Amino acid sequence: MPAVFAEVSSWMPRASTAAEQVDWVFGLILGICMVFAIGIFGALVVFVVRYRRRDRSPATRATHHNTWLELAWTVIPAILLAVIFVAGLTGFIQLSTPPEGAYEIKVNGKKWVWAFQYENGYIDDTLHVPVDRPVVLTMTSDDVIHSMYIPAFRLKRDVIPGRYTKLWFEATEAGTFDLFCAEYCGTKHSDMISTVTVHPPGEFDRWLATASNFLETMSPAEAGRTLYKRRGCAQCHSVDGSRMVGPSFYQSFGTTAGLDDGTSVTVNENYIRESILEPQTKARAGYQKVMPTYQGQLKDAEIDAIIEYIKTLK
Amino acid sequence: MSVTIPSSTRIPDRVWPDQNQGAPDYLRNSRGIMSWIYTLDHKRIGVMYLCGILASFLLGGIMAILVRTELLTPGPTVMTADTYNHMFTLHGAIMTFLFIIPSIPAALGNFILPMMLGAKDVAFPRMNLASWYLWVFGAVFLIGSMALNGLDTGWTFYTPYSTTTNSSVIAATLGVFILGFSSIFTGINFIATVHTMRPKGMTWFRMPLFLWSLYSTAIIQVLATPVLGITLLLLIAERALGIGVFDPELGGDPVLYQHFFWFYSHPAVYIMILPAMGLISELISTFSRTPIFGYRFMCYSAVAIAFLGFLVWGHHMFTSESPMAAVIFSALTFSVSIPSGIKIFNWLATLYRGSISLTTPMCFALSFMLLFTIGGLTGLFLGALATDIHLHDTYFVVAHFHYVMMGGTLMAFLGGLFYWWPKLFGKMYSEFWGRISCFIIFVGFNWTFFPQFLLGYQGMPRRYFNYEEKYQFLHVTSSTGAFFMGIGLFISAGVLIHSLLKGRRAPDNPWGAATLEWQTSSPPPLHNFTDDPIVTEPYAVAEFELEPDTGNYIRTEEAQPRNQLVETSP
Ligand code: HEC
Ligand code: HEM
Ligand SMILES: [Cu+2]
Ligand SMILES: [Cu+2]
Repeated sequence: MPAVFAEVSSWMPRASTAAEQVDWVFGLILGICMVFAIGIFGALVVFVVRYRRRDRSPATRATHHNTWLELAWTVIPAILLAVIFVAGLTGFIQLSTPPEGAYEIKVNGKKWVWAFQYENGYIDDTLHVPVDRPVVLTMTSDDVIHSMYIPAFRLKRDVIPGRYTKLWFEATEAGTFDLFCAEYCGTKHSDMISTVTVHPPGEFDRWLATASNFLETMSPAEAGRTLYKRRGCAQCHSVDGSRMVGPSFYQSFGTTAGLDDGTSVTVNENYIRESILEPQTKARAGYQKVMPTYQGQLKDAEIDAIIEYIKTLK
Repeated sequence: MSVTIPSSTRIPDRVWPDQNQGAPDYLRNSRGIMSWIYTLDHKRIGVMYLCGILASFLLGGIMAILVRTELLTPGPTVMTADTYNHMFTLHGAIMTFLFIIPSIPAALGNFILPMMLGAKDVAFPRMNLASWYLWVFGAVFLIGSMALNGLDTGWTFYTPYSTTTNSSVIAATLGVFILGFSSIFTGINFIATVHTMRPKGMTWFRMPLFLWSLYSTAIIQVLATPVLGITLLLLIAERALGIGVFDPELGGDPVLYQHFFWFYSHPAVYIMILPAMGLISELISTFSRTPIFGYRFMCYSAVAIAFLGFLVWGHHMFTSESPMAAVIFSALTFSVSIPSGIKIFNWLATLYRGSISLTTPMCFALSFMLLFTIGGLTGLFLGALATDIHLHDTYFVVAHFHYVMMGGTLMAFLGGLFYWWPKLFGKMYSEFWGRISCFIIFVGFNWTFFPQFLLGYQGMPRRYFNYEEKYQFLHVTSSTGAFFMGIGLFISAGVLIHSLLKGRRAPDNPWGAATLEWQTSSPPPLHNFTDDPIVTEPYAVAEFELEPDTGNYIRTEEAQPRNQLVETSP
């Protein structure tokens, strides 16, 4: 049985300490279930074939109950269930208590992007973690309930507005794995996916240093494009002229835009800046007022970079 | 196959004694649409329910096929993401609230319960009719939400998504609220009927297990459904007035909603499965020609399930609640699977040394046993904490609940429909095609849903419009299976329609069952029985013998006097 299961579970990577735990419990339950399933299906088929009605022969079973037998098939499954419960419990207790000194990453879920904030304040839309070191995610949501799910780690935890939930793990294998939102959250629920990259020893810090430095290492327009993608603007604004939740950035710079109070405004540096920090003050006509504010979330230099990027979209 | 009569024998229309003594049956005793609209006859109300829920099943089924079609490719296939979200939501809501919950109790139960009990009608016929109209009313709201802004919350209406989306949540929840009352009315009626209308000789432990299960179900309906009602009212108030019970910005708690919702909805899964279990006991005993094994254990386990079902709602929130709560709920969850296990073993023991005929209803009953076993066993992976953390909200859960709800309740419902069909409409159907359809549905079902266990284990989340390419093979397999299963269901429908139009007249007791509904004519007269039925042990099937030239089963001569004796002793 364990061999069969090892084969089956090789379909997917097993990249955290939790994954080993979970798969072990899974294998145990699978084993117990197989015994029951084979027993029950076997008995059913044998009885149906063996006692198929022929020539209107009557049934030949004389007893219609047997207390000991019935007690046996109540008590034996009950014991096995207790075993399963305890197995599931031991794994779970470990999963729910983060060890001291785990590396902390703050996670914010909002429709429909993940934002991962690292120790130095740098925010990225993908999760990066060092291998062989406990990491704890402190998570909350800006809008509805989401759920952080990393199948390769066999872990999941809901991300709830107005609460902080925690998820901890220790990755055991370098590589890049799927990260999904598992709690239904609307139109693009299935696009609220990202990746988790597990860095080999020593490389995580190097990655973080380079990544956080992007404003310096990239040209402003390039940095703006990166921010546009990473910080969720792409969920609502297109760069090819198609209309999404919000107006497209394509060829918008320098044009005149109608506002919902009937006036109009030229799309220039100031207007863009204001739209990002106080989106509701001057709202575009014909769109819902759903743009979230980025006050305190985007630095000045980052806003400048976005403006530069929008300027290039001609 | 001794039950099927060779088609070459022509059966004259009525050679068995006319139990109605010339009175017209319930379908013919009055005519015109008004005689149906105002009817207080539980049988006609049952038939109207049957039409209603079959129509809902068709609608929900079409949506399922659309959902499966969309999932043929990883990206958009035939619809937009928003349409997809509306589709799966209404599929779920229609199937749960309009189809599965009322299927066995309100349609078959309404028809069968009073007859099986030996009564003329239910205790409150007017309330019974009201429950049907409430169902219609609720259905109009729920389906009507489609015509307004649709519904995209999932059938679970989780806050704060449901309080912020701009789809027609209020219309739909009002619909479900009304449907709840319909369900409560049926429940109250069944409880009162079982308590007050049992004829002389029908003691509690002479009640067939189907009645025990309907009775236990009715108790859950009456106790749990009000919680759903209050929860939905709170949700509506939250949306319309912003009272803030579930809104964190106003100091509320979105997870509280989940507790309220599952406090109803977990017991509700037993509203769905208990009647099915009772029904299966009838089928297995009748077609094995032997009493059900361990009758008393079966009665107690039905009541135990109804009780324990109230204590486990938290297992739907292992990933959102505190670890301590999760541990307690996990332990309780396992306790409720014990009575379900008992039932499986008792059914198996009933087959042992029986005399088994594979009629269409029996084929469905055996399919039920196989599928429900898989569904129940996979529940163990979800009840265990460590594994549920991985499997929660993936296709594994989707597969699990389809195995128990579709493989369980739907299979039982179809089995029951084919079993009581002769009684309902007085017509037999083609056994050959009935069995073929059961076989196709069984194969198609596993083909559709087994791959979803693998998908779920591999991490495919549920309610996903787009998915990673690596999941495509299993998704395509599953969709193909769904189309195949659809064919089986249409064949089933064809068999029944053909029977209505061209079916051979049904004898009063074509299967040789010992329960009371078979002791009256097919279809029964208005007041069910012309003479008071003789109450015997519910599973005294051995006392009935086939009359080969009529296809009817009659009580053997030797059995007669013993029954009279039994009847006079209190
Ligand atoms: C949830 C969807 C959403 C997200 C995410 C979003 N926006 Fe917006 N945005 C809108 C909508 C809707 C409007 C139009 C209504 C308004 O002005 O409030 C808008 C308007 C704007 C405007 C004014 C454009 C014009 O032509 O009038 C700018 C500039 C802008 N957003 C920039 C951004 C940037 C930069 C980001 C990412 C950091 C972003 N938005 C993220 C929805 C969004
Ligand atoms: C036999 C024992 C059973 C056990 C141990 C069991 C266990 C569970 C658990 C733990 C979950 C939550 C999974 C999750 O969301 O992570 C679940 C979900 C579910 N179960 Fe069962 N179950 C059993 C039988 C049934 C039966 C009989 C039915 C209905 C007829 C049923 C219907 C459902 C449904 C509808 C859901 C999912 C609801 C949703 O999230 O949309 N289960 N089950
Ligand atoms: Cu989501
Ligand atoms: Cu449940």
